Amino acid sequence: MSKSTEEYLEALYTLTKDGEIASTTAISKRLKVTPASVTEMVGKLSGEGYVNYQPYQGVTLTPKGFKMAEKMARKHRLLERFLHDMLGIGKGMVHDEACAMEHALSDETARALCQTLKYPDKCPDDGNPIPPCDLKFSSCEECRKWRGGSLEKVDRRKASIVSISTLKEREEGKIAFIRGDNKVLRRLLDMGLTPGTKIRISRIAPLKGPVEIAVRGSKLALGEGIACNVFVETAVNQPREK
Amino acid sequence: MAIAGSCHNTTTTKKEKRPSDGEHITIALAGNANVGKSVIFNHLTGSHQTIGNWPGKTVERAEGTLHFDGYDASIVDLPGIYSFSTFSLEELVTREYIAREKPNAIINVIGASVLERNLYFTLQLLDMDIPLVICLNQIDIAKSKGITIDAKKLETILGVPVIPTVASRGKGIHELIQRALDVAQDGHETSGNAVKFGDVVETRIEKLTRAIESEQLNLGYASRWVAIKLLEDDSEIKKLVRLKSESIIRTSEIMAKEVEDVYKESCFSVIASERYSKASRIATDIQRQEMVKATFSDKLDWFTTHKVFGYITAFVVIAGLLLWTFTVGNYLSGWLSHLFSFFESTNPNLTGSIGAILWNGAFGGIVAGVTLVIPFVVPFYFVLAAIEDSGVLTRVAFMFDNFMHRMGLHGKAIIPMILGYGCNVPAIYSCRVMGTRREKLLAAFAITFIPCTARTIIILGLVAAFVSIKWALALYAIDLVIIFALGRIALRVVPGKSTGLIMEMHQFRVPSLSVVAKQTWARTRLLIFMVFPIYVIGSAVVQGMYALGWLGPINHALSPVTVNWLGLPLFTGILLVFGLIRKELIVLTLVPLLGTQNFSLFLTQPQLIALAFVAMLYIPCVATISALVKEFGWKPATAISMANLVSAILLGGIAARLLTLAF
Repeated sequence: MSKSTEEYLEALYTLTKDGEIASTTAISKRLKVTPASVTEMVGKLSGEGYVNYQPYQGVTLTPKGFKMAEKMARKHRLLERFLHDMLGIGKGMVHDEACAMEHALSDETARALCQTLKYPDKCPDDGNPIPPCDLKFSSCEECRKWRGGSLEKVDRRKASIVSISTLKEREEGKIAFIRGDNKVLRRLLDMGLTPGTKIRISRIAPLKGPVEIAVRGSKLALGEGIACNVFVETAVNQPREK
Repeated sequence: MAIAGSCHNTTTTKKEKRPSDGEHITIALAGNANVGKSVIFNHLTGSHQTIGNWPGKTVERAEGTLHFDGYDASIVDLPGIYSFSTFSLEELVTREYIAREKPNAIINVIGASVLERNLYFTLQLLDMDIPLVICLNQIDIAKSKGITIDAKKLETILGVPVIPTVASRGKGIHELIQRALDVAQDGHETSGNAVKFGDVVETRIEKLTRAIESEQLNLGYASRWVAIKLLEDDSEIKKLVRLKSESIIRTSEIMAKEVEDVYKESCFSVIASERYSKASRIATDIQRQEMVKATFSDKLDWFTTHKVFGYITAFVVIAGLLLWTFTVGNYLSGWLSHLFSFFESTNPNLTGSIGAILWNGAFGGIVAGVTLVIPFVVPFYFVLAAIEDSGVLTRVAFMFDNFMHRMGLHGKAIIPMILGYGCNVPAIYSCRVMGTRREKLLAAFAITFIPCTARTIIILGLVAAFVSIKWALALYAIDLVIIFALGRIALRVVPGKSTGLIMEMHQFRVPSLSVVAKQTWARTRLLIFMVFPIYVIGSAVVQGMYALGWLGPINHALSPVTVNWLGLPLFTGILLVFGLIRKELIVLTLVPLLGTQNFSLFLTQPQLIALAFVAMLYIPCVATISALVKEFGWKPATAISMANLVSAILLGGIAARLLTLAF
């Protein structure tokens, strides 16, 4: 896959994250290219099955494109964290640096980076969430312990998973993956958030506050910092589209 | 058997009388948070354990004595926990208590309306192989949710006695005591009831259990429980076992790896999943759920967590609590001081023999304590207890979680902070609900800036009385801004990661009068023992200093701060010294000092506000400092006190300058 394809998908990932439709103007602004070349590239991506494109209506990612884009966004934001946390590079500079580096980052290195950085959840410059990896682990603890050699041997998730902090009230899901250190993981498991458990969002506090979930016949409030690391498979399993 | 010593809590360790026919009996209460353990404890002992509808107030265990049918049994109330795996203080207390003290029986209190989660903990207790009685509490709440439970069936499945109760109304308590005493006397009739895991895990647990038994490790814990903990990779238990047998550790690690290979999940997660699915199966087996229309509690829940109404509720609750306190307090304190002045003048005595002056000081301390605690603190605690018992505070914590995060705290910290408006001392102790020491420290720091009732008296006596009620309210609002700003600064001083909020949201309930009354008394009692002695001694010391003529020089020594920086009259120097002992002395001493109740003759309006402002932020009173020392040690206590002093003086000076512009 070409570097510019990756750049486009990543831009679309950010622009369409709340189920919005990205206009070609927005893409051209974000990538600093002319509208004409955006139209051309989007047409090409549409032909390859990465995006849905209707002239004058805008662009959305297909499930295939979304998966690819999520992976790129993950690598990008992991690199930003690395540049910021480990190398002490300023918040204003990490984005461009990461853009240049992300295309060369292998999946193996991304995994190592994630572990070294202790499973980060947000990127440093604009606080966007770092998407989870597609390795079929139910917690980072398992990933850390896994010593099976090459990543080829690890199963990959087929369904995409979403953080419960992105769900709306009354939406449901099944616990698929909990990111973060062992301590929080164990507390959540003890509170009944074991893999496969059904949960329903019963309340979301305003201003990025905690979410209240119904789980195992009781209600549990999870702070935003915890909720953003709890991932579920929803019934639809696809990025929500309008 | 040795019963471990006293606690800081509202506990009593009464002298134990042994029953005539043998060993002394100890019964412990264990279970999830907020299932009614403390209510049951009070029923059993008539004691004064603190109760509230928010999780985690019993961090240390409380003890009392049960007199029943000729028996005297020690009853121990353990903190509410969900498992034994996160190493929180509460879990360590419970786990060590069960292992070391080996109570004759454990009453596992479970909340009938959240059976699945409660049974998850019950299954862990069964693994510990201890004599168990299950108290199926809050069946009334379950009924209101349309849940009926077959207690007999649960008894058959688990093989231990199950007694349904409604503790808040005393229902079933008599039978509970009887069954618990039976179990306690019969000893180990309940052993071997552990619920089995799936084959992959169970065979390994059993093999490891046998290995542990054959090596005779004598850890105090049941071998099966140790085996499970080793498979769960529990670092504490591993440390204990490693001291005795390296080979057991190796075996357990190999076995855990085998389990992980089968399930492709960490062994801890496998065990938790299996336990929960077992709990879930038992729960569906014994309970019948009928559809019920949205209950009043559900509607209240919707309202109190609504993005607009939620904040309004929080505001009304807190403002109402304070307003109620001031209104009732003002009325009662006027009446009480009138009563006291009938006996003896309570104004600080500035002349006379040393003995008379010391006595006057001590008496003044008693009077001040009584006129402060009874009219202000008791009504505050009473209404607060009702609010706590209702469950509203959990919703307030939910709504304010992200604000608290900006100070490095999470939503639960709001509860100790509200408590601080009554008195800072118990509020600082209740910071134990915070998970880490860092968070406890940050919460305690914030609390020291919260105007307690003593500081409220200053604000009322100086500002509301002689300036305007608007300025008094403004001080409260400004205080919140200052707390927030200083909290942000403290966050930089004490670096570290903040933990996120994980909090069970309990059902609303109608506060029970007896629970509320007991709670109020428990907190008041703590105050009497903690704060009164310091009041009395402190007041006498201040009066002694007065008599020795040390105060004039102090006034002069402090004049660069009071006169030059804060723009206050010279005589305010000693007020600040007195304020160290008792905040409200800042106002009370003014009366004899000025010879009038009309302070506006000697202080301008900006000066009155500035003085109240300084007093509000000023160094914590001696009782608060001693609470800080007890909880955190000298160094943090000194640092917090100094931070209070510095910010009071610094901000006070700035305020004084701004105020002269405003008037």
